[in-house]
Amino acid sequence: MMTRLPFGMSAAVATAGLLGLSTGPALAADLTVTSFGGAYQDAQREVYFEPFKQETGLDLVEDVWNGGVGAIRAKVEGGGQEWDVVQVEAEELVIGCEEGLYDLIDWEALGGKDQFIDAAVDDCGVGTIVWSTLIAYDADKITGDPPQSWADFWDTEKYPGKRGMRRHAKYTLEFALMADGVPPDQVYEVLRTPEGVDRAFAKLDEIKDDIIWWEAGAQAPQLLASGEVIMTNAYNGRISAANAEDGRNFKVVWPQSIYAVDSWVILANSPHEEAAVKFIEFASQPERQSNLPLAIAYGVTHKDAAAKIDPEVLQDLPTAPDNLAVAIELDTEFWVENVEPLMERFTAWAAQ
Amino acid sequence: MAVARAPLTVDAARERAAQRRRLRRSERLRRWQAALLVAPLLLFLLVSFLLPIAGMLWRSVDNPELRTAMPATAALIRDWNGEGLPDEQVFATFAAELREAYEARTLASVAKRLAYELPGFRSLLMTTGRGLPQQPAGSWRETLIGLEPQWGEPATWVVIQRAAAPLTPLYLLAALDRHQDATGAIVRAPPDEAIYVNIFVRTFWIGFVVTFWCLLLGYPLAYKLASLPLRISNLLLILVLLPFWTSLLVRTAAWVVLLQREGPINGLLQGLAITDQPLQLVYNRFGIYVAMTHILLPFMVLPLYSVMRGIPPQYMRAAASLGARPLRAFVRVYLPQTVPGVGAGCLLVFILAIGYYITPALVGGANDQMVSYFVAFFTQQTINWGMAAALSAVLLAATLILFAVYARLVGLDRLKLS
Repeated sequence: MMTRLPFGMSAAVATAGLLGLSTGPALAADLTVTSFGGAYQDAQREVYFEPFKQETGLDLVEDVWNGGVGAIRAKVEGGGQEWDVVQVEAEELVIGCEEGLYDLIDWEALGGKDQFIDAAVDDCGVGTIVWSTLIAYDADKITGDPPQSWADFWDTEKYPGKRGMRRHAKYTLEFALMADGVPPDQVYEVLRTPEGVDRAFAKLDEIKDDIIWWEAGAQAPQLLASGEVIMTNAYNGRISAANAEDGRNFKVVWPQSIYAVDSWVILANSPHEEAAVKFIEFASQPERQSNLPLAIAYGVTHKDAAAKIDPEVLQDLPTAPDNLAVAIELDTEFWVENVEPLMERFTAWAAQ
Repeated sequence: MAVARAPLTVDAARERAAQRRRLRRSERLRRWQAALLVAPLLLFLLVSFLLPIAGMLWRSVDNPELRTAMPATAALIRDWNGEGLPDEQVFATFAAELREAYEARTLASVAKRLAYELPGFRSLLMTTGRGLPQQPAGSWRETLIGLEPQWGEPATWVVIQRAAAPLTPLYLLAALDRHQDATGAIVRAPPDEAIYVNIFVRTFWIGFVVTFWCLLLGYPLAYKLASLPLRISNLLLILVLLPFWTSLLVRTAAWVVLLQREGPINGLLQGLAITDQPLQLVYNRFGIYVAMTHILLPFMVLPLYSVMRGIPPQYMRAAASLGARPLRAFVRVYLPQTVPGVGAGCLLVFILAIGYYITPALVGGANDQMVSYFVAFFTQQTINWGMAAALSAVLLAATLILFAVYARLVGLDRLKLS
């Protein structure tokens, strides 16, 4: 999720929690929904939480978290559980599902799996938003021929200047392979071979000295705004927010972007299972979902919701058909399995 | 003595004994009171400091995953002699427990643990769990090998055997870029996977450089402060403390703003025609040195200042009156007296510096991350407690060794923290 805080801040939040400073939910609530906070949760409150309370009369209480399967495991195994429904990232969905931390989803009650985009369907979770990682640049600075692909991102002669990238193997290796001419739909196939990994690192070597690595999602638009980099990879929501709030003229490049889905899950042993199921059904209705993009630039997962969204708004979402057609989905299985060895290799590479 | 003490009367002796008893009793009472007063702090230290550290050290060698999820297999395979393949009984027990764990969805932690030793083990377990039949086709050994040929390789079972032991050297070895090969010998990691030794060296080097700059900047400052009248020096000390009271993140972010490409410092350099294009001052090692030195400077200035305040000015005057030139007087008389402050300041700054990670994460490049960054990576992103604990343990051990060296060279009795 792009609203995630940098490590330090989440540690501070955790510490505040330990000290009893957090405004934790009352235990008497009918349902506790936990999401990623910030502007995103403000939008969810307006679109989902408040209408749900009005319609059902149930007392829905919110909480905020910063991700990490460890937190979920603690809630489920620790007893005294106060979370029922949680929004999780794709990796947390896969790992938590394998560990039995979530209830299974009854897809019939939701109208069937075919009502949702493929990436939103999982045994343990219902996708709720789609967000993209892609190239962003300042259209006030690149006025001529705009970049179109990762090959352009790598082209330091045509677009002189530094490039911003997230300091992580995830996404970075996929982008390098696409820059090296691997067709987007074969990226993970190639990356699953040792030669593919070598190839990605060899491609990264080409622009190693031109990269400024960022850590927190908020840094990417900041690097663009300060002129530190000529282009950067970024989360699409951050870029839209910079345009809306700071009057920037940032543009994003949808071709060869990678999207991922965040999902609702119900924690195993939830004491309010019935209300939890009801909430997920409520929040998965197309007429509810179609209101979310008006509040924040994320795509939604019900196929009918997309049809209800104003084309003007839709074109800036990861789920616009034109944008979806040229993008690939993050391969969560691949990263769950390989993140540690590849992160070690990435670090070793950076140190050379 | 010529005059002998007058022999004590019985009464006086009794009086004295009673007095001694009273004294002892009141002393005992005072000791108890002191102990009671200190007890909450001791308890707090024990619970909040020593126990977590002990727990962390334990986690760096703890090996519970396989024994929890597959207890019978773990018990059986520990008796295997490691030659060829284990016998049918091991295969059958393993298959039964694998199905059970797969259905109960408790396989993930074992899969993750085994994948630390042999990449790909996670998918091996998951696909085997998915495809496992109720009854074996022939023996369980043939069935498993039929499903995934990797079950026919002794290396696969060596890894399982290693995961069945109560303790594992895996994480501590990995933190030193070493691992055990199939025969159990300790070997170096290949160069493109060996990172941690490099990162420890980098961490200590950054700590050393930051300490050096803090001392270089802090010593003259503390000297000046200590020689000013108290009224003025107290006012100036507030200026030293003011940044100290500001949030670490705010100070780090402020340095990003100052040092960035279109920031004021680059603007000034170009305005004065010192450079003709912006210098890369941040997102590299330079940015880390600048930001960390700034953040840690008060920890150097305060102990130095308190030591320097305590040095009577007469000594320098005496040295001058005995004919020493100012430099000689400073080196021979003043400097040695400040050693406890220098030692305390350097030790504080260095130990704090090697634990940094927010500042390097925000102002450093990919090649500038310190050990704590990886501790955070393992605890928050991949939930690999063993590796996080092992890195912490190695950092702790290295710090303690440095501390011991310091104690030996300078002496702990000469340490003055305030």
